[in-house]
Amino acid sequence: MDGKNIKLRLGKSYGFQWLIYVLAFACLVPLLAILFYIVKAGITKINWHFLVNVPKPVGESGGGIANALVGSIIIILVAAVIAIPIGIMAGVYLSENRRSRLAYWVRLCTDILQGVPSIVVGIVAYFWLVRPWDLGPIHHKGGFSALSGSFALAIMMLPIIVRSTEETLKLLPDSLKEAALALGMPFHRVIFKVIVPVGISGILSGVMLSVARITGETAPLLFTAFGNPYLSVNIGKPMQSLPLLIFNYATSPYQDWLNLAWGASLILLCWVLFLNIFTKVITRKWKVQL
Amino acid sequence: MESTIIKSRNFNASFGTNHVVKNVNIDIPRNHIIAVMGPSGCGKTTYLRCVNRMHELIPGATSNGEMKLNDEDVYQMHPIFVRLKIGMVFQRPNPFPNLSIYDNVIAGYKLNGIKLPKAERDEIVERSLTKVALWKEVKDSLNKKGSFLSGGQQQRLCIARTVAMEPEVILFDEPTSALDPISTSTVEELFHELKTNYTLIIVTHNMQQAARVSDKTAFFFLGELVEYDETKTMFTNPKDQRTQNYITGRFS
Repeated sequence: MDGKNIKLRLGKSYGFQWLIYVLAFACLVPLLAILFYIVKAGITKINWHFLVNVPKPVGESGGGIANALVGSIIIILVAAVIAIPIGIMAGVYLSENRRSRLAYWVRLCTDILQGVPSIVVGIVAYFWLVRPWDLGPIHHKGGFSALSGSFALAIMMLPIIVRSTEETLKLLPDSLKEAALALGMPFHRVIFKVIVPVGISGILSGVMLSVARITGETAPLLFTAFGNPYLSVNIGKPMQSLPLLIFNYATSPYQDWLNLAWGASLILLCWVLFLNIFTKVITRKWKVQL
Repeated sequence: MESTIIKSRNFNASFGTNHVVKNVNIDIPRNHIIAVMGPSGCGKTTYLRCVNRMHELIPGATSNGEMKLNDEDVYQMHPIFVRLKIGMVFQRPNPFPNLSIYDNVIAGYKLNGIKLPKAERDEIVERSLTKVALWKEVKDSLNKKGSFLSGGQQQRLCIARTVAMEPEVILFDEPTSALDPISTSTVEELFHELKTNYTLIIVTHNMQQAARVSDKTAFFFLGELVEYDETKTMFTNPKDQRTQNYITGRFS
């Protein structure tokens, strides 16, 4: 092999190394660009006044996003209360009964559920809970409500919690369960006192990720929680949330409302970033060394 | 006349269509150490797991025949009560990794929801750890996690956890096969101490261990109980040709 050929080959190799380096760096750009833009536009809008006041009517300056902040927290908490017990129990079932027929169908359905577009989940919640229906003795009055929004979000949380619980518990050694059973523990105690506590970091990380996932969901809330310009804590009534506020105010022609939308975007972004980092920390910290 | 604590008659166990324990008849006397030995795949561990009904937890596992604990049929009792009376120590040490050493010992009470006054709990923990010769080593680190201990200490912790429940019988499934020689001899010494209060059934694939620690030995081969006799007789004057071949090392 002559020297010229070697040089060409080394050059190609060097070029390729640079190419993957540059492309890897390119992955950072979108997130950094979003962060930069949102922080630049939003940081000046955020102050104490912004966090504790509700939006002012058009024409008055100032106002804040307290109603959306409180609304988001309530809607997410209620969704979590619905989804976490169901999701963890289903995950326990899947890891305990790996080959049963029901497990096969549950697994299939959660996989499909994970891919269902959020707007479709929203429309189902709308038809079930928002529209009035009458089944003879049972009459449902309907109407937009935070609860129907929470219901839609709970459906979106479910598959993430179910699968992360299952995956976590499947990795635990059988010897752990046998140790508990050999001490004469009934099944429910084996699950709640041994299996779930040992797998808690994985289960929690699934829960946190599912919360992070639904925090920014707008579509299912459009026709369920609906939004509300005032502060409301009644889950039976329409309620504002951060993504709804951004959706409604960002497209308005008023500068004050645009400012609110930018500020809310930054808050939302920080919330999701915080959840992701927090998840990483607790997964590491609460991990039970086997 | 010594009293029989475990009695099997025509006992069979299978995994699906694989018949692994065939027609076993055995009487195990109280406060003795019984070694169960045999080559790999001879059904000795499966038999052991049938005694406290751990076998049936494996999907597809079935069993039939008579298995009696003090003349009470184990398969008529609730498995939870069976396992409280017949404790088990596994091949690999398996302390609860989320619990402290103290809580691991008291786990059988704590995790079963049995509430005890603190003084009584302290007493059980100290007594159990003393019985397994672990008390002196861990008494200053009772709040550390069980997984902080060495392998041999972990295994003794698992024995303490079983002893704390005051069972009548303790089953050992190759309890030293994951341990180093020094830990092994510590655990073997323990067996003699434990014999005064409990009946021990020890599955081992190590013939020397069976000869060292047991009063009686059962030899399993291809799912059958070939020979069951005083350990001394078994190793000096076996009746069956297959036992003879096994202990002289013609197969293993």
